[in-house]
Amino acid sequence: MNDFVTEFGPVWGTALAVGQILAFMVVLLLSLAFLLLMDRKVWAAVQMRKGPNVVGAFGLLQSFADFLKFVLKEIVIPAGADRPLFILAPLITFTLAFIAWAVIPVAPGWVISDINVGILFLFAISSLGVYGIIIGGWASNSKYPFLGALRSAAQMVSYEVSIGFVIVTVLLMAGTMNLSEIVVAQSGGFWNWHVLSFDLLPWPVFVITIPMFVIFFISALAETNRPPFDLPEAESELVAGYQVEYSSTPYLLFMIGEYLNIVLMCSLMTVLFLGGWHAPFDVAPFTWIPPVFWFALKVLALFFMFAMVKALVPRYRYDQLMRLGWKIFLPTSLVAVAVMGAIVVYSNAS
Amino acid sequence: MLQAAAFYILAATAVISAFMVVAARNPVRAVLFLILTFFSAAGLFVMLGAEFLAMLLVIVYVGAVAVLFLFVVMMLDVDFAALKEGFLNYLPLGGVVALALVGILSLTGVTWVVSDTAGAALQSPVPADMANAEALGAILYDRYVFFFQLAGLVLLVAMIGAIVLTLRHREGVRRQNIARQVQRTREDGVEMVDVKSGEGIG
Repeated sequence: MNDFVTEFGPVWGTALAVGQILAFMVVLLLSLAFLLLMDRKVWAAVQMRKGPNVVGAFGLLQSFADFLKFVLKEIVIPAGADRPLFILAPLITFTLAFIAWAVIPVAPGWVISDINVGILFLFAISSLGVYGIIIGGWASNSKYPFLGALRSAAQMVSYEVSIGFVIVTVLLMAGTMNLSEIVVAQSGGFWNWHVLSFDLLPWPVFVITIPMFVIFFISALAETNRPPFDLPEAESELVAGYQVEYSSTPYLLFMIGEYLNIVLMCSLMTVLFLGGWHAPFDVAPFTWIPPVFWFALKVLALFFMFAMVKALVPRYRYDQLMRLGWKIFLPTSLVAVAVMGAIVVYSNAS
Repeated sequence: MLQAAAFYILAATAVISAFMVVAARNPVRAVLFLILTFFSAAGLFVMLGAEFLAMLLVIVYVGAVAVLFLFVVMMLDVDFAALKEGFLNYLPLGGVVALALVGILSLTGVTWVVSDTAGAALQSPVPADMANAEALGAILYDRYVFFFQLAGLVLLVAMIGAIVLTLRHREGVRRQNIARQVQRTREDGVEMVDVKSGEGIG
């Protein structure tokens, strides 16, 4: 964005930067409409249903129909609710979900803000995400939303810790906190991606990074309140958790924010572990295809995994969730950080 | 110009929300204003070029510590009428304490002399050849590593102390033993009995 300002002057530069951000947001929202459909289609296919198939060919326009329906409905605010905070909560979730995308590099140079502490920025924004939920749950002034919000806060804070340690192992390998540089560090071919990192052989780094990838995936499920960790909105016990009192547009904002966070986690896994925009082989037919395509393909594959998990896995019990986060993931990732640090030190020394 | 505008907006937000922390009647809103204060402070750090500190402030204070504050305050059953009742009684005493604090602070501010070397040390900028995360790391983990470890130990002692104070073992609680559940076989779990009709197991 600063490049625009230095190149085209303060007025046109700012206008260009804003235009770029708006274009990115529109592309994101449009992709999200179809990803939502994909989620429901995968879910339906697992349960041997057809899924949405009425609006548009194959139900392609279903998300847009849903959007219109949400927007045209009346916003109901409960009488006992804290009105400003009640409205503020979905806005927080929605805005933060977009802000985080500012540092995700989708192709070489295709990033809104290429900052040096990109990964810390993402971590900071995702740790703020809990506020939308906890404020929404409290402002509803009702029992189920409040219980849902408390569960969600505890869950997100717990799993953030292991996500942080997994990120640290990747940072140690890449030696930078800039997301574009992390992707560049994985160039060459799929064996150089951080999940395998055969380029560090004879150090068998993949013994650490493959479990780290799995831990990150599961923690991402918990962090985004996806099944099997959807306890904050467990419909069989809390009706819909923190979303009980929300309807129409505020609910829509919550939902879009949640799905944007899921796609963000998918693209974060792509950037950290699966080589970002790089093609699996660095030879002719693969390099003809533009990098953004490879990025989108990897994100789609991970999103498919998210959808499958939702369809296949039963919900965790709350104490099991806490046990998994604190007693299994945290020690494992902590040991991995120590071992990875040792490997980085000794492989550089030799 | 953009930078000046951003600074004034962030600084004004920080000051106003810090005031609102004290002035807000609802404790939950007070905590939310505190979070806003942290957040604008992080913005000011970014403007100073200390983006690493800014991110840490957001991650540690806003993302973790303030969530716990919010957790506790939300579950409090605060009776506002009872809180307001004692306000006038304590006003003279509170006023005296506030005046004394202002007096002490202004006395110190007037007579405080900063030596030249200390002033120079405070201003020492990040070396040009490294990012500020690296510079912080070099100081914290290299030069002052023992103090850093010592601080960590102090925190560890505090944590263990808190756990020891609150830990209690309750008798007769049925806990899940996952290893035992996994080891259970068909032979342990199912008993086949041949019950004759009209007699029962007995």
